[in-house]
Amino acid sequence: MKLAYYPGCSGMGTSAEYERSTRAVCKALGIELQDLPDWSCCGSTPAHATDAVLSAALSARNLTIAAKTMAQSGATKFTTPCPSCLLNLKTARHHMAEPEFRAKVDAILDEPCPPIGQKGEEPLPDTYSVLQLLVEDYGLENIKSKVKTPLKGLKIAPYYGCLLSRPPKIMQFDDPENPTSMDRLLEALGAEVVPFPLKTECCGASMGIPRRDITERLSGRLIETAVRYGADMIAVACPLCHMNLDLRQEQAARAKNAVFDMPVLYFTQLMGIALGLKESDLGLNKLCVSPTQALQKIGKEVSA
Amino acid sequence: MDSINLEAVRDEDFLRTVEKESGQNLSRCYQCGKCTAGCPCGPAYDMQVSQVMRAIQLGDKQAVFEAASPWLCVSCSTCTARCPNEIDVARVMDTVRHMNRREGGKHPTLNAFWDSFLKTVRLSGRAYELGVMALYMLRTGKVLTDMDLAPRIMPKRKLPFVPHVIRGKAAVGRIFKRFHDLRMDG
Amino acid sequence: MKIGVFICHCGSNIAGTVDCVKVAKNAEAFPDVAYSTDNMYMCSEPGQDHIVEMVKKHDLDGVVVASCSPRMHEPTFRRAVERAGLNKYMFEMANIREHVSWIGKDKDANTNKASELVRMAVEKLRRNAPLFSKKFETIKKVLVVGAGVAGIQAALDCADAGLQVVLVEREPAIGGKMAKLDKTFPTVDCSSCILGPKMVDVSQHPNITLYTLSEVEKVSGYVGNFSVNIKRRAPYVDFSKCTGCGACMEKCPAKKTPDRFNEFMGPTTAINIPFPQAIPKKATINPQYCRKLTEGKCGICAKICPTGAINYEMKDEVITEEVGAIVAATGYDLMDWKSNYGEYGGGRYPDVITSLQYERLLSAAGPTGGHILRPSDGREPKKVAFICCVGSRDRSIGRPYCSGFCCMYTAKQAVLTKDHIPDSQSYVFYMDIRAPGKLYDEFTRRAIEEYGTEYIRGRVSAIQPDGKGQYIVRAADTLLGKPVEVAVDLVVLAVGVEGAKGSGKLAETLHISYDNFGFFLESHIKLRPVETNTAGVFLAGSCQGAKDIPSSVAQGSGAAAKVIGLLSKPKLESDPQISNVNIKRCVGCGKCVDVCPFQAITKENIRGEIKAQVIEAVCQGCGLCAATCPQGAIQLSHFTDNQILAEVNALCQC
Repeated sequence: MKLAYYPGCSGMGTSAEYERSTRAVCKALGIELQDLPDWSCCGSTPAHATDAVLSAALSARNLTIAAKTMAQSGATKFTTPCPSCLLNLKTARHHMAEPEFRAKVDAILDEPCPPIGQKGEEPLPDTYSVLQLLVEDYGLENIKSKVKTPLKGLKIAPYYGCLLSRPPKIMQFDDPENPTSMDRLLEALGAEVVPFPLKTECCGASMGIPRRDITERLSGRLIETAVRYGADMIAVACPLCHMNLDLRQEQAARAKNAVFDMPVLYFTQLMGIALGLKESDLGLNKLCVSPTQALQKIGKEVSA
Repeated sequence: MDSINLEAVRDEDFLRTVEKESGQNLSRCYQCGKCTAGCPCGPAYDMQVSQVMRAIQLGDKQAVFEAASPWLCVSCSTCTARCPNEIDVARVMDTVRHMNRREGGKHPTLNAFWDSFLKTVRLSGRAYELGVMALYMLRTGKVLTDMDLAPRIMPKRKLPFVPHVIRGKAAVGRIFKRFHDLRMDG
Repeated sequence: MKIGVFICHCGSNIAGTVDCVKVAKNAEAFPDVAYSTDNMYMCSEPGQDHIVEMVKKHDLDGVVVASCSPRMHEPTFRRAVERAGLNKYMFEMANIREHVSWIGKDKDANTNKASELVRMAVEKLRRNAPLFSKKFETIKKVLVVGAGVAGIQAALDCADAGLQVVLVEREPAIGGKMAKLDKTFPTVDCSSCILGPKMVDVSQHPNITLYTLSEVEKVSGYVGNFSVNIKRRAPYVDFSKCTGCGACMEKCPAKKTPDRFNEFMGPTTAINIPFPQAIPKKATINPQYCRKLTEGKCGICAKICPTGAINYEMKDEVITEEVGAIVAATGYDLMDWKSNYGEYGGGRYPDVITSLQYERLLSAAGPTGGHILRPSDGREPKKVAFICCVGSRDRSIGRPYCSGFCCMYTAKQAVLTKDHIPDSQSYVFYMDIRAPGKLYDEFTRRAIEEYGTEYIRGRVSAIQPDGKGQYIVRAADTLLGKPVEVAVDLVVLAVGVEGAKGSGKLAETLHISYDNFGFFLESHIKLRPVETNTAGVFLAGSCQGAKDIPSSVAQGSGAAAKVIGLLSKPKLESDPQISNVNIKRCVGCGKCVDVCPFQAITKENIRGEIKAQVIEAVCQGCGLCAATCPQGAIQLSHFTDNQILAEVNALCQC
């Protein structure tokens, strides 16, 4: 399996551990990641918030590179670990199906974007999340067969965030109200998944800086609920969710008048642990809330 | 205070432009409030999503442009996913924000954040997180923003002190330049 | 031939956009037209009288009326023509309202088109011939499909009028949805107290034959003379011996059988009588769960039965009944909310239930003995949320319509909740309160004013368990313009309705139309609400569209009145607009036999040659055979090739 890969800017900074663990896990599973040469920022929320055309153009530059990369390297699909990048890349392609909109985008690019095409030459590729490709293409049975340290005894709240499956018409992934991909993945790793009811509730996204009160309230509720469901940790698939739940956990706790000690791990880090990868390859030391204590439960019999 | 004069307040062009740019038929909205009910930002809004939809239906451009809500929307699309009338509500919120911005509208902190972010992208081709924070503090004067996070994140040594500058930064810069030039031309 | 042409203004309906005087004037020039005029209302008594007078005065041979759709007034004018002494088939109608004035605004163009349609009618009439109906006997017996309250009402009314009734019910007992209800709005009287006597009447009426566990499999024939195959599933109990004592239920070891009657709110036994007042009060065995029938071992019920009624060897059987008319009264089912409302848990949360399930919790004969207890932990809920329009008025899941009676039963359930648990608080989340029936709005006001029900106007976005045993209902108060939430112990969903499961298949068996939601199509939504477009087949109750009990009962009686009217005639007249075979041209290929949807054509040996023959009483005049016949040997009376080609020619002349 060979994939064209777009890491996203946060992978170079705040979500370095996501980036590192994604690469390590893919390597261990025999998935080859072909980096997009000289990729640029998709514009993230600020571009999307500012203007649809600007946002689409910033994505289109990368989709164009992705199309070339796939043609040259033989990669079969285009992937990114970051849901925010995913949404922008997918939305750009979706909206560019409208000729009027596409003309506006092409007008601000150096060269017009290749056609979306049915099965034409260098069609503009669709983008998939790493999570989706691991579960749907690589397959849970394949992953299960490579598990060395089952995560037995670990109770995990799977948190998908709002972007992976919404808006449903564009994202085309799982059940938008009750996704189960990550649940099934974590179960394949041997973990116990708690019936977390807020899987797709928003964490506050990029409001952390300009309107911290919103983020605190929303993230606080997510952590509080995970605690009530007896989760040892929350598993996430999004750098922004991770930042709000991990880095900002104390802020949320203060706002809720509570004390939280809830480790928040990327699902790729948990995969790495189960696959028996080196801790340094997974960036566990980059997490603000230490998972050490929680991870000690692995393999221990849980008393009823 | 006068009551709202329905005739005076109705800006037909505004309503049609929102409908065209968003690709949504606003007359489908029957004001059930499901969007408001599920909106994570609702409690922080001055005008609820369903009220924004209603004001657009009435063509009340001023009310929509004066509301802070479209700026605060985090585009989580919960409203879109659950709308019983299949309206892409989040896209409507995006659209009124874009329209407002084109006419010079601004939100005090959000614009500063977005502009700071996009400036780092324009200059280096990629977003640069420390740079965004520095620019944001400079623009807003809120120099203490998230200072409590510094001792949490700095020891993790994740944040590089120099931006990643890509070879194609000029190409990215040109996207921004053409975008601004075209906007200036209207 | 002398033809009279009469152009109707229909008030301003036609005259508003058609120059009727000019159309009448133009018609004077058409061949054989001896008289032409226009009139304000042709269907009025003076209008009809004018036709009769002019036929006599001008010695007319035929009449053309240009007015509305023949669906509306063709019978009216045919009667007028008959009164004038002509054969009623010496009449043609040009539809210049639905086909002209209502669909175009250009008066000149409309006037031209109206004239062309009149010319077509004239050219056809010139080739018409008198046709004569035949009389045939009818079977004074009616089939009622579905024994809910609408079907029961129709059956009883027909039986009381002296007709024999065959009542077919899919479930083991009659009563339908109403039998599951605890109390009924707007009077809060006990459902089984008012339905029970009717159910008993059904069982005791000498004119009613009841088949439970049965479904209609095949229908052939035509109005007055249907032949119906009814498949009866084996009950594995000899009803003539079963006394309904219930001893078998007590001893049956298969105690985890899903309880359909109780909406799966608790388990039952494989052999059971669904509820104490069940009609027939006979035990039946669910073969999917019976240990004897699935594993071959057990037989306890047979040992325990004091009358030896159990018979594991029973087989399904097919019964044939001959009837003169059919009433479909198959009711409704709840739509599949679980697949469509993930935001309400999609069935994952045990304390989020449907309103029909809640009825079973309220009912003294239900699984909790009439105590409201949460399915998850058996606790009594103190806070209950009711959510309206789940699967109604929601086009995102393809359900654009209002289910009609949910607002009312929700108010009733809120009232009953307070009656059962005085220290409880109910919240009703609604979009609009639809309470247009007699005493309905007053009832919802009582729920609010006297019972303290909190009504909140807004659709619920999500139901989320809080991890502490309660459920957070996240909604908006759109009147206040604020998001709201409330933690409750139990959530009741007013789930929208659709045509009963399998209604599409039944519609095809009965040759009637149905919509995307499984509701049967009436002949005219206002004026022929219990008739269908298939003669002799009538509708009652929710199978036609969502209805509450009063409307279902009224429609049951309405359908019965139509059946009684139909079968009270000594004989019915056949429609002479049927196919005729020209024996000389027919080569006996049999293509017409294959294509006929009514099995109205047979192959007969006529003097050593195979020829097609039309069974006059069965032929419905659809014309498929005429269009199919490669030899042109079959002609449809009143719609012959000559007549149709003359119309086309008339159109091409203009």
